[in-house]
Amino acid sequence: MLDTKPAFILKKASLSALVALVLFSLMIGLRTEAGPEGKLIYWTRFGDLATIVAIVFGGSIVIELLRQWIGPVGAAALVPAWLQKLMDFVGRWLGPALLGFAILVPVIFYDQRYILDLAILVLTYVMLGWGLNVVVGLAGLLDLGYVAFYAVGAYSYALLATTFGLSFWICLPLAGILAAFWGVLLGFPVLRLRGDYLAIVTLAFGEIIRLVLINWQDFTGGPNGISGIPRPSFFGIPLTADEDGFAARFGLEFSPTHRVVFLFYVILAMALLTNWVTIRLRRLPIGRAWEALREDEVACRALGINITATKLTAFATGAMFGGFAGAFFATRQGFISPESFTFQESALVLAIVVLGGMGSQLGVALAAVAMIGGFELFRGLDQYRMLVFGFAMVLLMIWRPRGLVGHRAPTVFLKQSRAISSDLVKEGHG
Amino acid sequence: MDYFAQQLINGLVLGSIYGLIAIGYTMVYGIVGMINFAHGDIFMIGGFIAMISFLVLISFGLTAVPVILLVMLLVSMAITALYGWTVERIAYRPLRHSFRLAPMLSAIGMSFILSNFAQVAQGARVKPIPPIITGGHTLHEGATGFNVQLSNIQIVVVVTTMVLLALFTWLVSRTRLGRDMRACEQDQTMAALLGVDVDRTISFTFVIGAALAAVAGMMYLLYYGLVDFFMGFVAGIKAFTAAVLGGIGSLPGAMLGGLAIGLIETFWSAYFSVEYKDVAAFSILIVVLIFLPTGLLGRPEVEKV
Repeated sequence: MLDTKPAFILKKASLSALVALVLFSLMIGLRTEAGPEGKLIYWTRFGDLATIVAIVFGGSIVIELLRQWIGPVGAAALVPAWLQKLMDFVGRWLGPALLGFAILVPVIFYDQRYILDLAILVLTYVMLGWGLNVVVGLAGLLDLGYVAFYAVGAYSYALLATTFGLSFWICLPLAGILAAFWGVLLGFPVLRLRGDYLAIVTLAFGEIIRLVLINWQDFTGGPNGISGIPRPSFFGIPLTADEDGFAARFGLEFSPTHRVVFLFYVILAMALLTNWVTIRLRRLPIGRAWEALREDEVACRALGINITATKLTAFATGAMFGGFAGAFFATRQGFISPESFTFQESALVLAIVVLGGMGSQLGVALAAVAMIGGFELFRGLDQYRMLVFGFAMVLLMIWRPRGLVGHRAPTVFLKQSRAISSDLVKEGHG
Repeated sequence: MDYFAQQLINGLVLGSIYGLIAIGYTMVYGIVGMINFAHGDIFMIGGFIAMISFLVLISFGLTAVPVILLVMLLVSMAITALYGWTVERIAYRPLRHSFRLAPMLSAIGMSFILSNFAQVAQGARVKPIPPIITGGHTLHEGATGFNVQLSNIQIVVVVTTMVLLALFTWLVSRTRLGRDMRACEQDQTMAALLGVDVDRTISFTFVIGAALAAVAGMMYLLYYGLVDFFMGFVAGIKAFTAAVLGGIGSLPGAMLGGLAIGLIETFWSAYFSVEYKDVAAFSILIVVLIFLPTGLLGRPEVEKV
C-alpha cells in the first residue's frame, strides 16, 4: 500500500533535495577555470546551485505524485480495448506507410536541403541499426565495437578511391567485403567468450581500430583524416554542372539538390537491401540458427548446430552492412577522420537497436528516427546535447527496457503463429 | 637496467591507480552481474572534487600539506560515494530484474550524463593544479647519468593503495557488511530470505566502489597534476580491462590486473611507441581472454541449463 500522506512526499522530496545539494555543492556551486596566469581560480555560483536544488525538490514531488496517481492502476487498464485495436491496426500498416513516406521525402521536401540531409543521416543510422540488429538482435551477441566496421568501410572506400581512383560502385562491395573480413577476424577470438566478456572485447576492438587510424599517419592521414573523397556518380555520369554532367545529359537545369536526392535514394536502397536480406536470412537455416543461438547456446550445441559458423556468419553479415554504411558515409561527407568513429557512435547504434526492441526491424527504424531526430532537435543546445542524450537513454531504459516495440513474431512456430511478448525470451547472452 | 627499474616503478604506480578503479568494477560485477559503465566517470568526478576542494582549501590560506591532503581525500571520497549511491538508485535499481542489456545501456547513458555534466558544470578545458607533494629520492645513480628516481608522490600513491586494499580485504572478509556482500553475490534470493537487506548491501557496494574510485581520481590528480572531463572514459575502459584480465569478480585479481595493465602500458611506451600503448593494453586483453577466458584469477563459470 502506498503512503499518500503529504508529509511522506515532502520528506522524500527534501531528502532528494539534500542529496542534490551535496552532489552539486562543489561541482555546480563553484566554477573553476584557468586564470590569466595559467593558475586555476574559482568563483561561486550559489544562485545556480539553489535553482538546481529547487528543481530537484519540485521534480521529486511531481514524480512522487505521478507515481501515486498512475501506480495502483495497471498499465492494461489505461489502454482501452478500442485503442488497443487501433494500435494493432496502425502497427500493421505503419511499416508500408513509413516506406511510402520515405520514398516521397525528396519529392515533398525538395527545396528543404536541411530536411533532406537529416533524412539521409537518419537512413544511415537505420541501416547501421539493421546491420547491428543481425549481431545483437538475432544472434544475441553483444557488440560494443560496431563502429569499427563502419570505420573500416569508410576508410576502405576513401583509400581505394583516393589512391587508385576506383569508383564508388566498385568500392562499395569491396568495402563490405573488407568489413566482413574484419568481422570474421574479430569473431575468431571471441568465439569462446560470453556475455560481458564479449562486450568488452568488442569495445576494445573498436578502440584499437580507432587508435590505429589516429596513429598510422602515413596510411590513414592520422587525426587529420582523409579529405577530397570522390562523390558518387549516377552510374558513371557525374552529378556536376559540367557539360557531360547529370543535369546537362538529361536536359535539366543544374542544381546541387540533385546529388542530395540521389544520395538519399542510394542510402534508402541500401537500407532496404539490408532489411530485405535480414528478413530473408531469418527464414534460412542460418537465420534460424542465429535465433536459436540467442535463446540458448547450450541447447544449440546439443542440437548439432555449428556454433563457430553461426557466430562468425553473424559477425560477418553485421560487419558487412556496417562497411556498406561506412562507404556511403565517406562518399556523402567527402571527408572522414577518426573523430567520427568514437565509442559514442557504437553506443548510439546499440541504443537504437535495443530501443527498437531487438530483432524488430520496424522498431529499429522507428528508434533511429526518434534518436537522430531527437538529437537534431537538441542541436541548438550544443554542449547540453549529450547530457540530454544520456538522460534519454536512462529514462527510456527505465520506462521501456524492452524497447519501443516490445513484441515480435517468431519465425518458426508449431501449428499456429502467435506474437510473444519479448519479456518471455532472453537475449544478449552471447 | 636502471631504465628498466625506473619503468617498473612508474608502471607500478600507474597500475595502482588502475587497480583502485578496477576494484569498483569487479565488486559491482560480482554482486549485480552488470558492467557499471559509469564507473570510469565516477573516477573522473572524484578527481574533479579533489581538485575543487584543493582550490578552496588553498584560498582559505591553509598551507599544511598533510591536512590539505586528508581533507581533500575525505571530501572527495564522501561526495563521490554519494554520486555512486545516486547513480545506482536512479539508473540501476529500477532495472535490477530487467533483462541484462537494459542496465548496461542505462549505465552507458549514465556515463554520458556524468562526463557531460562535468563538462557543462566546469568547462571543457584541462584543469591543472600546482604540485602538492614534491621531492623524491634517488635510488640508484646510473653510470650514464640516468638516475632511478622514486618521487614522494609515487610513494604516497602506492602506500595509499596498499593500505586501502588491506582495509578493504578486511572489510569484505571479516565484517558483517562483507559477509552480506558475499552472500548477495552467491544468491540474492537466499540472502534476502536469511535476513540480508539486499538493496542496502548493493547500495553499499556502489558506495564503496565509488569511494575507491574517488581515491584513484585524487591520486591521478596528484600524480599528473591535472583533471579533465574526458579522462574517465579511457581510464574506465583500462580499469575494466584490468578487472577482466584479473578475473572479474575477484578482488586480488582486480589489483593484479591493474598492475599488469599499468606495467604493460608503461613498458610499451618506454620500449616501443607511446602512441600504441593503449592498443597494446587492449590487444593483451584480447590475447589473454582467448587463452584464459575467465581471466587470471577468475573461477570458471559453470554453465547451468
